[in-house]
This record gives sequence, C-alpha cells and structure tokens, in this order.
Amino acid sequence: MLLRAAWRRAAVAVTAAPGPKPAAPTRGLRLRVGDRAPQSAVTADTTSAPEAGPVLRPLYMDVQATTPLDPRVLDAMLPYLINYYGNPHSRTHAYGWESEAAMERARQQVASLIGADPREIIFTSGATESNNIAIKELEAAIQPDTSLVSVMTVNNEIGVKQPIAEIGQICSSRKVYFHTDAAQAVGKIPLNVNDMKIDLMSISGHKIYGPKGVGAIYIRRRPRVRVEALQSGGGQERGMRSGTVPTPLVVGLGAACEVAQQEMEYDHKRISKLAERLIQNIMKSLPDVVMNGDPEHHYPGCINLSFAYVEGESLLMALKDVALSSGSACTSASLEPSYVLRAIGTDEDLAHSSIRFGIGRFTTEEEVDYTVEKCIQHVKRLREMSPLWEMVQDGIDLKSIKWTQH
Amino acid sequence: MAASSRAQVLDLYRAMLRESKRFSSYNYRTYAVRRIRDAFRENKNVKDPVEIQTLLNKAKRDLEVIRRQMDSRSVAQAGVHWHNLSSLQPLPPRFKQFSYLSLLISWDYRRTPSHLANFCIFSRDGVSLY
Repeated sequence: MLLRAAWRRAAVAVTAAPGPKPAAPTRGLRLRVGDRAPQSAVTADTTSAPEAGPVLRPLYMDVQATTPLDPRVLDAMLPYLINYYGNPHSRTHAYGWESEAAMERARQQVASLIGADPREIIFTSGATESNNIAIKELEAAIQPDTSLVSVMTVNNEIGVKQPIAEIGQICSSRKVYFHTDAAQAVGKIPLNVNDMKIDLMSISGHKIYGPKGVGAIYIRRRPRVRVEALQSGGGQERGMRSGTVPTPLVVGLGAACEVAQQEMEYDHKRISKLAERLIQNIMKSLPDVVMNGDPEHHYPGCINLSFAYVEGESLLMALKDVALSSGSACTSASLEPSYVLRAIGTDEDLAHSSIRFGIGRFTTEEEVDYTVEKCIQHVKRLREMSPLWEMVQDGIDLKSIKWTQH
Repeated sequence: MAASSRAQVLDLYRAMLRESKRFSSYNYRTYAVRRIRDAFRENKNVKDPVEIQTLLNKAKRDLEVIRRQMDSRSVAQAGVHWHNLSSLQPLPPRFKQFSYLSLLISWDYRRTPSHLANFCIFSRDGVSLY
C-alpha cells in the first residue's frame, strides 16, 4: 500500500538523518541599518499567495500584555496534546491516571513557586477568573463586617511593586482577608504566601511564559479561607471550580512555574541591566521624559515613560517596527488616559503621552538598542512638528496660556 | 575534572549550541544560545563529580527538549502551508508525512520501546495524509 510504503520510508529517514527543514519564514530579526519599513505582520489565514522572501514582524516589547511560550513549557505540554489525552477525573483507566498524575505534579510546581501547599492551589481559566472567585467571597460574606483587601503585587502599567509583606501584616493583625493579583509578579520576584501573610492569590499562565487560558488561585487553608464557587457542576477542584481541568494547559502552567523558579535570579539580573540601558539611553538623548512610578519599588521589566509634548498614540504608530503599548491591554480599546497614571497624579497631558516598554526573558540587547534608537528619532521628529514644543522652546509656560474657544 | 568528562562537557556544549542555532525564531534562538553559554560559564569551576554529573544530566535533558522542538516546529510551519494549500503548489508528499510523523514518534519519548507500536496503531486507524 502506498501509505505503508511512505511510512516505512519516513521511519527510515527519521533514524538516518534529520529531515528536510522547510524554509524558515522568520529566520532573522529585521534589524537593518536605515529606516526600511518591514513588511506587514504575517498572518496564517491569508488567502493571497505567500510572499517569496522572509516575512518581517515587529520586535516584541509588550510582555505585560502577554508573553511567548517558553520552549521548555511547550516540551512539557506536547505529550498531553498528542498521546496522553485522558481526562484527569477519569478514575478507571490509565489515561485518566496518567493525566491526573500530571495535573497533581503541575499543582506541586505552582505551589512550590509561592511557598504554598499543593492543596491550596485551584486551577482556573486565568487570573481574571481567580480575581472574581476571590472577590465574590466579599459579596457572600457571612459576617457583616468581614472585609477584603485586594492589591496588585506588581502593577501591569507602571511596574510598581506594592509593599505586600507590610499590607499582609496589617491585614492579618486586623483579621481582614488579603488578596493579591500576582499575575505580573509570580515567577519574577520572590513571593511567599506565608511570609507575606497572603490569604488569596491570583496567578496567570500567559504572563509567565506559559499557555493562555489557564491560571490558578491560591486559597489559604490555615486559617481556612472560604470562597464561593463561580462555576458549579461536577465538583472538580474541591468544589471550588467545577469543569474538567485542562491537563495540557495546567501542565504548561506547572512547567512555566518550575522554569520561572529556576530562572528567576538570572532573568531578574538581565532584565534589570537591559532596563537600565533603555532608560539611561533614552533620558540622556531626550529632554522632558518622565518615568512613571516609584523608581525604588519597581519591577524593572515594566517601564512606563511619558514623553512631554508628544501624543502617545502617534508615537506608537510611528514606532511601527516595535510592538508596544500605551497603558494596559485590557483597557486599550477606550480612549481614556490610564486610570493608574491619573491615580498617581500625573498631569492629563503627560498621561496621554505615556508608552509602556516591556522587557522579558527573551528580549535581547539589540532589540533594546533598536527600540531606543527609533524612540529617540521619532520623539524628536514629532516634537519638531508640535506647536506646543515650539512654544516651550520659546520659553512660554504652557500652564499660563489661556486657550480661547473658537 | 577528568579528561573524559571534560571532553563530554565540551561535546555536549557544542551539540547544544548547534541545535539551538536551528530555532527559526530570533528570540528563542538568541535566548537558547545565550542561556547555554552563560550556564556552562557559570558552572565551569564546579569540582564535585556528583554535582558535575547532575549538571550534565540536566544539560542532556535540555538538549533533548531543543531537539524535539525542531521536529515540532517544522510541523508548525508545515501547518501554515496547509492553510494555504489551495494557492500553493502541493508540498512533496514525503515532506508532509515526514514532519507530522516525526512529531508523533519523537513525542512518545517516555515509552521508547513502544513508540513504534503507537505509530503502527495510528496507521491501522487509517489516517490519510494527503
């Protein structure tokens, strides 16, 4: 049979030599001298004929929005997407048993990253679901004066680190539940739920180089924190989150947590160095640049800069070779300036000029240098075109201007 | 370090760098090369033979991770071509079959003796690749 013969040939080919490698469409980063615009981003659903040469895509500097999957995470997940496809709640056969074993191993990996017990980890579809579960506890409060403090560990817009240990101390002394959304912090800064007296914690897979669509919630057992299930059904995950646990996704989350634990120090050192490089190089070449957020209590991988007299959206459009964001992705559809920047007292005009640079595990020095170069070039160009900038150069104080209506 | 294990370490180092350079993605490729160099450099003064063996075993496992990625990534790129099949000339059948099957074979790494058995079961189910 044609099929069998083909497979026999293929089997021989596998053992003999590595197979033919297809032409890699994205072989290299398009870092060329000069401002040659890259071709449009590649789309797999294109109906037109494919391009002959390599497809160029922007540099990725938006890790707060999402992170690429670490190859080690993909390696851990693939068996469960191919041959080991059992439902982890099936109790009667090997497919179920091996899937359950993988799920429990992943649970242990997540728990060990935050110093928790595996029984305190419930898998969810992401940090948003975890947040909702945690906050529903407040609405379903048994005692009228039960309250909950909920704080982000690391802010996703300006990268500020909240004093979690201190807040935890206060909450535990006042017998108030303490929840933290650690989506941007898990695996990047050391966290320990016992040292920091955290009662509830939300974890997101795709912020730590894991898959999208999965997360976890940490729920303290001693003293017991009661939460109400958002999703009812077959009683999986101790009744706190019904629904079949997606084994490939949770295996990916577990692997991402384990890799993060091993790489935390190395990544932190590298990202700090790159962040320092980016900030210094931009600030020394451009005047009137403000870094938003406390410089001391700051996670280095999230840099939010405001470029005065330049509109943020126009700078983003100008920096089309670099994937950036001006504020958080979850509110990017609205035109309002970032609520975070408004809350820290940033002027309205500076809030509109903010850009968020994300540096992650896979960011290279060349990408940072390229981004800096383009940023400086475009800010200068946009400022040249700006009448506000012209007025400032002439020494006019913009705050003293009385704008008339037409 | 004994001469034989030194040679082993160097062979492994070279093999890992060689495999890492096959990543088609710029970011994965540069990360792998950089991380491997830094890890080997960081551990170059380790003297304890037990620790050396542990590190070598971890490195071998990581090398296998990278090797498996090469197979699965060639499937992913072949997948892109499959989307465009109507507008593209058909790929040589041997290429399509090879990359998909090599993925199935290589991903059964935990049950090495039976990987061929799984492979044959798949064929009995009558999968058609064209």
